[in-house]
Formats: sequence, C-alpha cells, structure tokens
Amino acid sequence: MSNEFETVVGLEVHCELATRTKLFCSCPNRFGDEPNTNVCPVCLGLPGSLPVLNEAAVEMAMRIGLALHCEIRPSVFHRKNYFYPDMPKDYQISQYDAPICVNGWLELPDGSKVGIVRAHLEEDTGKTTHVGSTGRIHDASYSLVDYNRAGVPLVEVVSAPDISSGQQARQYVSELRAILLATATSDGKLEEGSLRVDANVSVRRKGSDELGTRCEIKNLNSLRSLARAIEYESERQADLIRQGLEVVQETRHWSEDEERTVPMRSKEEAFDYRYFPEPDLVALVPGEQWIERVRGSMGMLPEERRKRLIEAIVRPRSSSEPTTSHISQAESDAEKSSDETPAEAVLSHVAKVVELGLDDLVIAAIELGADRRIAVMRAVNEAAADPERARHIEAGHFAKLIEMEHKGRISATQAKTILARMLEGDGEDPETIAAKEGFSALSRDELVEVINSVISANSDAWQRFVSGDQAVGKFLVGQVMKATRGRADGRAVMELLTARNEG
Amino acid sequence: MSSLDTEPPSASEQISVEEVIHVAKLARLQLSEEEVKTFTDQLASVLRYASQVAALDTATVEPTAHPMAMVNVFREDLPRPGLNREEVLDQAPAVEGAFFKVPRIVGEE
Amino acid sequence: MGEWSALAISQGVRDGELKAVEIAEETLSRIETNDPLLHAFLHVSPELALKRAAELDERIAKGEDPGRLSGVPVALKDNLCTRDMPTTAASAILDGWIPPYDATVVSRLKESGAVIIGKTNMDEFAMGSSTENSAFGATRNPHDPARVPGGSSGGSAVAVAASLVPLALGSDTGGSIRQPAALCGVVGMKPTYGMVSRYGLIAFASSLDQIGPFAATVADAAVLLEVIAGHDGYDSTSLDRQPPSLLDQLDRGVDGLKVGVVSELLEGADPAVAVQVRLAAETLANAGALVEDTSIPVLTYSLPAYYLLAPAEASSNLARYDGVRYGLRVDAPDVESMNSRTREKGFGAEVKRRIMLGTYALSAGYYDAFYLQAQKVRTLVINGFSAAYESYDLLLSPTSPTTAFPLGSRLADPLSMYLSDICTIPSNLAGHPAMSIPFGTDDDGLPVGVQLMAPALGEAVMVRAAAVLEAAESHLSGQQRRDEDEQ
Repeated sequence: MSNEFETVVGLEVHCELATRTKLFCSCPNRFGDEPNTNVCPVCLGLPGSLPVLNEAAVEMAMRIGLALHCEIRPSVFHRKNYFYPDMPKDYQISQYDAPICVNGWLELPDGSKVGIVRAHLEEDTGKTTHVGSTGRIHDASYSLVDYNRAGVPLVEVVSAPDISSGQQARQYVSELRAILLATATSDGKLEEGSLRVDANVSVRRKGSDELGTRCEIKNLNSLRSLARAIEYESERQADLIRQGLEVVQETRHWSEDEERTVPMRSKEEAFDYRYFPEPDLVALVPGEQWIERVRGSMGMLPEERRKRLIEAIVRPRSSSEPTTSHISQAESDAEKSSDETPAEAVLSHVAKVVELGLDDLVIAAIELGADRRIAVMRAVNEAAADPERARHIEAGHFAKLIEMEHKGRISATQAKTILARMLEGDGEDPETIAAKEGFSALSRDELVEVINSVISANSDAWQRFVSGDQAVGKFLVGQVMKATRGRADGRAVMELLTARNEG
Repeated sequence: MSSLDTEPPSASEQISVEEVIHVAKLARLQLSEEEVKTFTDQLASVLRYASQVAALDTATVEPTAHPMAMVNVFREDLPRPGLNREEVLDQAPAVEGAFFKVPRIVGEE
Repeated sequence: MGEWSALAISQGVRDGELKAVEIAEETLSRIETNDPLLHAFLHVSPELALKRAAELDERIAKGEDPGRLSGVPVALKDNLCTRDMPTTAASAILDGWIPPYDATVVSRLKESGAVIIGKTNMDEFAMGSSTENSAFGATRNPHDPARVPGGSSGGSAVAVAASLVPLALGSDTGGSIRQPAALCGVVGMKPTYGMVSRYGLIAFASSLDQIGPFAATVADAAVLLEVIAGHDGYDSTSLDRQPPSLLDQLDRGVDGLKVGVVSELLEGADPAVAVQVRLAAETLANAGALVEDTSIPVLTYSLPAYYLLAPAEASSNLARYDGVRYGLRVDAPDVESMNSRTREKGFGAEVKRRIMLGTYALSAGYYDAFYLQAQKVRTLVINGFSAAYESYDLLLSPTSPTTAFPLGSRLADPLSMYLSDICTIPSNLAGHPAMSIPFGTDDDGLPVGVQLMAPALGEAVMVRAAAVLEAAESHLSGQQRRDEDEQ
C-alpha cells in the first residue's frame, strides 16, 4: 500500500467452545460425527422444546473474557430472527446489547495492543452442503443440512478497529488462538472451522481520524488468507479512492483461487433481525465470587508465559544455579559464547515455543544448565512434530540431550534422531538411546582423517574452496557427513576445513 | 388515565399496503393480494387499539421481559444420547441419505 | 357408573373396587356417542388407553400403587407433545406430526397412573377465544351446540363439561383455560408462571404461556395441578420449589380473607355476568371474607399491551415452521419461496394475522413505540397488582365479559374477539395465578364463570375461596332447579 493511505481493520472471531455438550442441550459437541446423530428436540428446534444454558460454556466465556482483560458483566440472551435452513428455530440465540464480556484488550507479541469491544455467547448453526448444478444454471441444485453443529457454543470476540495491516491481523488471530488453547476453551482450528474470522476492512488517508467505508470480508480459512485478503482489500479500496470512486459498504468473499475479494451475491432484502430478549432463558448474572473463582482457576496466559521464557533465556547464569554440577567450567565458558551470540535469533522463537506449549520444558532444561539456543531450537523444530508428547518429556532428559549435543558428544543430526525416539514416549534416557543406536561423536583425530580422505577424493572442489568459493564448503561438509553417516558435527567440520585452508 | 375507548396519540395511525408486504416478506408469508388488503385493514385497526400503550408515561419504567425475576439457571455439561436419526428423518418432508434436503438457497456463494 | 370425578375414580381403582379398563371403556363410549356433535377431540387413542388401563389394573392386582391419578382418564390439549400420538396444535402445518418426545406434564401424568385418552381441539397454535380457528373444524358448546365453547382450549373445556373425561389439560396465554372454562361451566386454573413446566408445550408466547387443569370440581383441579406442578430441569423458567399443597386447603374457608372486586374488569361485563360476580362477592362476604370494590386503573392497558407482546413472541416462536425438518412443505424452486408458500398454506388466517402483527411490532423503527413500550406497560400492570395485593389477599372479577356467543359471530372482527380476554389477560402479564369457577347462569341458562386472582404462588388461598364459591353454587343451582320444578 502506498504511503498516502492507512488500513483500518476490526476482526470478528467466532470461537467454538470445547465443551462436552452443546450450549442449550445435552447433545455431544463433537466434530466429525455421522450427520444428524448428535441431535435432540432442543437443537432440532422441535415444537415445545426449550433451551437450558450450559454452565461450562458460561465459564469458558468468562475465561476468554478474563484473558482478554474484559469486564465480566450481567448479560441477557436475545433472539436474532432470520430464516435460514441450517438454523433449526429460524432464530439464533445470541447476546445483543448486554454481552457477558466487554471492554478488554489483547497484547500482541510485538507489544502492540488491540482493543476488545466485546465477547459474547451464542449458538452455532448447522452445516449446509450445497449440491451444485452441473452445467445448466437454472438447474435444480439443492442443499443438504446436517444439524450436528446446530447449538454448539460459540464465543464471538469483536475487536476494536485497531489493526493496521494483514500481518498484524494475522498476529492478532495467532495470539487469540494461543489464549484459547492456554485457557482450554477451544481447539482453535481454522481449518475445521472451530475458529472463524471475518474482517472489517477500510482505508483512510494518513493522519485522518475519520473511518472510511468498510467492507466485511468472509471466507478467511487460514491465517495466510486473512493477511492476503486484508492486503488485497485495502489496496482495492485505496485504488477506488485514488480514482475518485466510492467504496460501497458490502460483504465480500475471499476467493482463495483468484486471490481476490469478490462481492457476495445477496438479495435486496434489507436485514431486520428483530432482536428481542429470549423469553425462554433467564438473565445471566455472574457474581464477584464466581468471577474470582474462574480467574483463580486459569493457567498462565501466553503473554505472561512469553515474558517468563524470555527472562529465562536472557537471565545470566548465577553460580548458585545447578549448572556447574553438570557442565565443567571450560565447557560452560564455551557455552556462554554460543549462548550469547544468537540471542536475538533465539528470542524470535519465543512465541512459537509458547504456542507449542513447550515453554515449561525449555525453561526447566535451561534451569538444569542446558544451552539456551539448542534448547529453543530443538523445541521449535524437532519437538514441534508432536508437542503433546514433547510436553511429557522429562526435563532432565531433555537437558541431558542438549548437553550431549552441546559438548559435541553427539552430532546435531544424532541429537535430532534421539529426540525423535524420546517423542515415542518410552521415557528412555538419551544416553541409553545413544548407546543403543551406537551414536557417539567422532574424535578429532578420526574426523581429521575423514576430512583428509574427502579432500583427496574431491580435489577440484577443494581447490575452489581454497580459492575462496565459500559455497562449495557446504558440499564438502555434506560429503564428510555422508562418510560419517551423520556422526560428525557440521559446525566442527566447517571449522576444521577453514582452519586447514587458512593453515 | 384514559379508558379503553379513548383515541390514543398514535405512533402509527395506520399501516400501509407496502408495509404489510414488507412485513410478510420478513415473516416468510406469501400472502395473496386479497389477504394483503384484508390484513392492511385489520392490522391498522388492531394497531390503532394497541397504540393506547403510548398514553402511559413510562419514562422511568423498566421493561418486563419475564414475569418472574430469576437469574443463573444452568445445566451441567454432561452429554446424553439424543434422538435416533431414523426417527428424526422420518418426520422430515424431504431427505437425502442422512441429511435433510432443501431446495436451492438463493444468495449463496 | 358411579361418581365421575378424578378423586373418586382414582380411589376406586386403587382400592380395587373399580377397574381402570372399565373406566377407559366408559370414557371411550361417551366420546363415541357425544363427540361427533361436539368435536372436542382431534385424536382419540382407544388401543393405547385400553392397554394402559389393563397394565394399571394388573399392577394394582399385584399390590402396587400406580399413583394419585390411577386409572383416571385425562384429555390433553393438542399443543402438548405426546410421543405416541399426533400433536398438531390444530394447525395444518403440523398435520400428522408425531413428536419423538413427551412433554414434562405428560410424563408426570403417566407417572401418576393417569390414562391419556386423546388430544383435544383448540384454536390453531392457541390463538383465539372460540376454538373456531382450528384447522380441523370448530368445537361446539355442550350447553348450546350453536355456540362456541370459548378458547383457545375449547376442546379440553368441552371434554370436561360434557363429562367425556373428568380431567383435561389446557394452556393459558391470555385466558385460554379460564375463558372456555367459564363459557362451558367448568373449573379452569392458570397457575403461577413457572409453576408447571412448559417443556413440550408448543409455544405461543413463551413469557405468558402456562399449562393448567380443567375439572368439574375445584378438588379435581387441585389434585391435577399438584400432579403436574414442580421444578423441571428442562425449562429454565421453571420455579425451583416444591409443588403446592392444595387439596388439604380446600375446607379452610375464607374467614378473615380480604377480597377486592376489580371495578375496571366489571365495567364492560354483560349485566347477567355482573350480577353473578356480585353474588359471588356476597357469597364470600357471607362466608366471613372482607369484600370491597377496588380499582386498578392500569389494568385497562393490559389488552393493548398483550396484543403487542404475545404476537411479537409468537412471530418468533412460529418461525420454525418452515417446511425443512417436520410438518408441511409446499415445494418451490428455492428455499425462500418454499418457506413462504409452506407458511402461507399451512397457517390459518388468525395465525398469519398475529405473525404479521408481531413481526411489525418488533421491526426496525417500531420496536420502541410498540414492543418496548408494551413491556413497560407490563411492568406497570405488575406494579398495579402489587399495590392491590398490599390490601387484598384475592381479587374477584368476571372471567369473561359475556357468556358463550354464537358460532361465527366474532370471526369477521378480530378486535371484538380479542376483547373476550379482557379480564383474563392481566394475570398472564403479571405471571400470577387465576382461575375460573362456574357461578350461576345467564337468562338463557348459559354458564357464567367468575374469576379469582391471587398474587404469585397464591394458589392455596385461591382454591380456598374457589371451594367456598363452588359449595354455594351447587347449593344455589340446586335451589334454582327446585324453584323451576315448582313452576
């Protein structure tokens, strides 16, 4: 986007709650079951049925609200009236002018804050599958409806228009997702639709206080489409204004294939939802004690956990730490240098470690004296393959593995293999695994011998390396790794090659 | 206070044919021309009568949505088996396989 | 057959002196004889009733006690869901629908040993005051078949009035139990809102609907209410308290009770009706109550407020009849037309009128002036009652301003029909209990009902006064009959 305009985005995120049952009935809240099997008189909207509120859903809404620094307020359910075949009662029970959570904010990893206008409870609709006509436009195409999802509890989180780019929108949703996971309120899966994002996008001339005409963008099924749709849409609106045209307020659809937003075909009918208080439900008035009990039951939030992890990473080693019991002084000196150099690179992975829920493991390993860089890298790369199991790895084992790699007793490649074994969950100690696999790093003499034979077998490459072609160094390292079947440490090989060249 | 036969300071003296047609659309009722005409007259008469509510001063009055003031009625989050699918689909006007079947939805992408 | 009362039947069946099967057979035969003219029933289940009765007799023979309504035939208004019988709310849109579940009141009746005989006629979706708005034909008043039985629970009122069954259930949103009870000369009671679970009652206006009993006697009505009342976890608006104890209150009399006769509700009544209300007041005074006239001016706004609130809720409650999941569908090339054609064909004129009215009252631009203002008037009505109940234990009024009117006489003018409920609606707005007790007749011998109203949860005091009026009424009508015989 050119300099003259700025983008203004507000997001509406629907989060499906991870309750066992639906919002107003006892049907299982489960994704992927056979169609129309999790249904009862209530969620099918049969005549005579009545809703009864799920207490767990209310507590989850409160947890989300508290995590977003919202005020938890007395609230009322309303009926939102409109006809749609996937809505069994042809009205949706939602919260209108008295939502349960209001006035909060969400802090992004970069420190910026996005205001939260409200977060409210409502019921989901069923799922409609459109069976398209093949060929003829006026052909009798039809739709199929599955009500398993009808009545599943949702919390809709509405942000203030504080977001200024696709990238920031992406961060906002990632952070919201991290909060949902940390508070165990939703599985936050965009692909399965348990997290659904709509973006209200407008642009304005820089420095202006007035909001431009906004368009609502739907069908944002991934973080990537969210960011791209916002970039595309703000560019489209800016173009219109530049050409002296007006932005029309409308709902647009993100077309994944065409990589652009297109207006939704909608009927001329103006929406008039005729909200009124739901007479079948009573007011929801969370008392101070209840709110405090919920607050007390909440785990640490991503924001706090990131801060804690950063502290652990940057904290200087003190002599009182058990570090020395594991690592000799000389080694610890060596560690310091490796520890300090890539600080920034390591810190850039903090959010990811927290998102994976591996911060406890990394912090524990660091406290046991493990190398910080290696601990973080193994967590975000290898352990990420199965974070659920990785969370159950014993911190002592993880620290030991990192120490073995760091001291050069095993190579990085071998360390990764051992970690993969550890993720299989037999609880085996990394040294045992290393012994079973026959892993040990090569001694310096053995390594020099291999390097010599690689050089003589690839004299051309060696000559190019000597004459300054750094790229070919990688090839030589690769040859050494191949010859040692991964027992060599790549960095050590490169150091030896360089030393030999310089020597 | 006025009695029943007092003509109220009406908020809407009458309802127009256009409004009746609009409301019928909102309510998904495909009224016949005849019905539109009859309803326009009848609704106007009922609304004139109902407009009497405007005569009361309610500036400081809270609305009542529920006759009995109750709060916080909940259900435990315990799953129970629902209805048998065959029994449910049996009552439907049209089904295909395990689904309820409806005609084309206009205005969909 | 001996005494046709629920208490007598249940006692006889439990004692083994009567057989539930014989009672059921007698009931079915009465229906077969009389219902072709009256059309109180939309559905009768002889096989189910006889099978059920036989089971009860077996259990009793084994020494079991099936419950307080053992072997008592009960008729249900057709807006109460029954999993083994069709439930239509007298609408073509639900023709043939068999619910996959029982309403809570139906389960409670079954648990207490009652025998469900069938489903009774009503105004479609309980919208009406004459039972002429049924998609399946009108019900006739047994006192004069050319007249309406009142409504909307006309079928249940007639089933009891014609002694087809001793007990029936109805629902009351604006007087739909009390007004037909008055027009048919039986006892009809609307309990406190939340006293009886609404789960399984096809909703008309959720914040006003309440299920209640019809019976020939106050005692029978009391026992039926005791059986169906009480907290239900499937209804969020159900009161969390023990069901009331009523039967043991009936002989306590009214000595020392204060009763107000509401002048606003007496004003528009036919003289023949007003006379009976005055007589009822006198009867209570003679029995030791302190009776005086009182005024609650705001009650005159109840009817206009009701005709905004009830249709508004109804317009939303009836949206679900869209031709997708159950009931009627009229085919069309797209969903919107399918919905609109289905609803156009499936709903009767009165239902459409109220859906239109309610949709309008809730729509953008009119919400504040109509719906919200009506909700505030509702508050004022409640306040008006509260002030009155500071001075009185009970209030007395006519149930209906007129006795039974001729079939067809009010169909052309909806407003004239709506005015039938002018005395009953205030208690629905307030959520308070109220009941109609037969008290004398007009010059044509048509029954007159008087209404007793009580504050929330005041059923026990209410039935005490009802029992006093009932005793006097049977004495009076006995007197009347003797007078007539002498002439």
